[in-house]
Amino acid sequence: MSNFEELAEAVYQGDDEAVIMLTKSLVESGAKPMEIVSNGLLVGMDIVAPKFKSGEMFIPEVMMCARALGEGLKIVKPLLSTEDSASVSTFVMGTVKGDLHDIGKNLVVMLLESGGFNVIDIGIDVAPETFVEAIKEHKPQIVGMCALLTTTMMAMQDTIDAITEAGLRDKVKILVGGAPLYPEFAEKIGADGYCVDAVACKEMAAQMVVNK
Amino acid sequence: MLIVGELINTSRKAISEAVEGKDAQYIQQVAREQLEAGASYIDVNCGNKVFNEVEYMQWLVTTIQEAVQAPLCIDSPNPQALEAGLALAKYGTPMINSITDEGPRFEAILPLVLKYKAKVVALCMDDHGMPETAADRMRVVDSLYRKLTAAGVKDDDIYFDPLVKPVSSVQTAGVEVLETIKLIKQNYPDVHFMCGLSNVSYGLPNRKVLNRLFVAQTMTLGMDGYILNPTDKSMMGVIYAGATLLGKDDYCMGYLKAHRKGIYEE
Repeated sequence: MSNFEELAEAVYQGDDEAVIMLTKSLVESGAKPMEIVSNGLLVGMDIVAPKFKSGEMFIPEVMMCARALGEGLKIVKPLLSTEDSASVSTFVMGTVKGDLHDIGKNLVVMLLESGGFNVIDIGIDVAPETFVEAIKEHKPQIVGMCALLTTTMMAMQDTIDAITEAGLRDKVKILVGGAPLYPEFAEKIGADGYCVDAVACKEMAAQMVVNK
Repeated sequence: MLIVGELINTSRKAISEAVEGKDAQYIQQVAREQLEAGASYIDVNCGNKVFNEVEYMQWLVTTIQEAVQAPLCIDSPNPQALEAGLALAKYGTPMINSITDEGPRFEAILPLVLKYKAKVVALCMDDHGMPETAADRMRVVDSLYRKLTAAGVKDDDIYFDPLVKPVSSVQTAGVEVLETIKLIKQNYPDVHFMCGLSNVSYGLPNRKVLNRLFVAQTMTLGMDGYILNPTDKSMMGVIYAGATLLGKDDYCMGYLKAHRKGIYEE
């Protein structure tokens, strides 16, 4: 078994100690940082995502794997060249104004990171202006918004309006998701896609980047 | 034990379609089934229909009341929709789900509680985010209790919802809720409780096992209200048996009556 395979397996097992050890040893042995990410760490998460979708794995297990992945990324990220970093698509993710729920958003962030996105998590209760600023600053390909309350659904509309007014609407794709949402709602407020769950979000985002 | 039947909620696909297609018969059937299964209140929630919530709320309340003479739990964070439902609710004391300690929401909903002399579900949430610990929740409880009673709401009309989170992502979510119930019971013995408990099992397999156990655990500490699916007979069995074992069922009559009506399963 090569070290990349072992590393992928350690991520899939959610074994953060093994991930740290294997990542360090790969770095020391001279493996390219980008290879460690794409042939090791992300391969592990690639096993996790479909198993989560099919109901074979559950949220706590995914969180363990994501934690392990995070430990590996912490070691490798500072070593990535600017060229490597630039090839990674950026996703800005936040929960809209008035909404304080973070469980769904956190799961989406983990899965997106596992999908190789550079995720800028701008947190919960995020005002439309803050979304606009984040788009200006990070120049993401995709913006994700999450609302877990029926009261905050309209804040998504406000945010999309603000992005449009700032002249940025054609610069980004917008994905929305959250328990009370449904596809017609997403369409009505002018989003590019409705994500029924975190896995769907990762898949749609990956699709959008490919089709760009 | 106060059971609020949760099935009339447009987040459920069948209800959403029935509401959009104005299928009164289906809505009435769901209301009747819940009442027959032992619900004391029927929840009415069309909150995700943000563009027509008021109109749908009026239609739902009218439609349900044509079929059943049950008190309703008007469920929306939107004060206009709450008012629209409350104005039409005509059987028993209506319930409002829910008020929180978030500034504008509290200010908008309190007048409705007073105007309709409604029972109110007070959700343990304020402007500082989602509570993690029992202590976080108690700060909200203390504040809400003070403000509600100062405005003239009786203890008996207050239903604290301790805010149940999934144990799949917050390991201590269950135990913090249990601790909160204990503290509320100690400090405010005359208020009631309400919770949507199935959140606790989100993201895990065999959710019904977790839900049933969590009902037993929370009931033991004094929880006396749940919003749930009353047609789940195993769950109803746990609730009737729980009340009996906790000495809250004179001569086990509630348990026996429910047994004869076939309301629960072993």
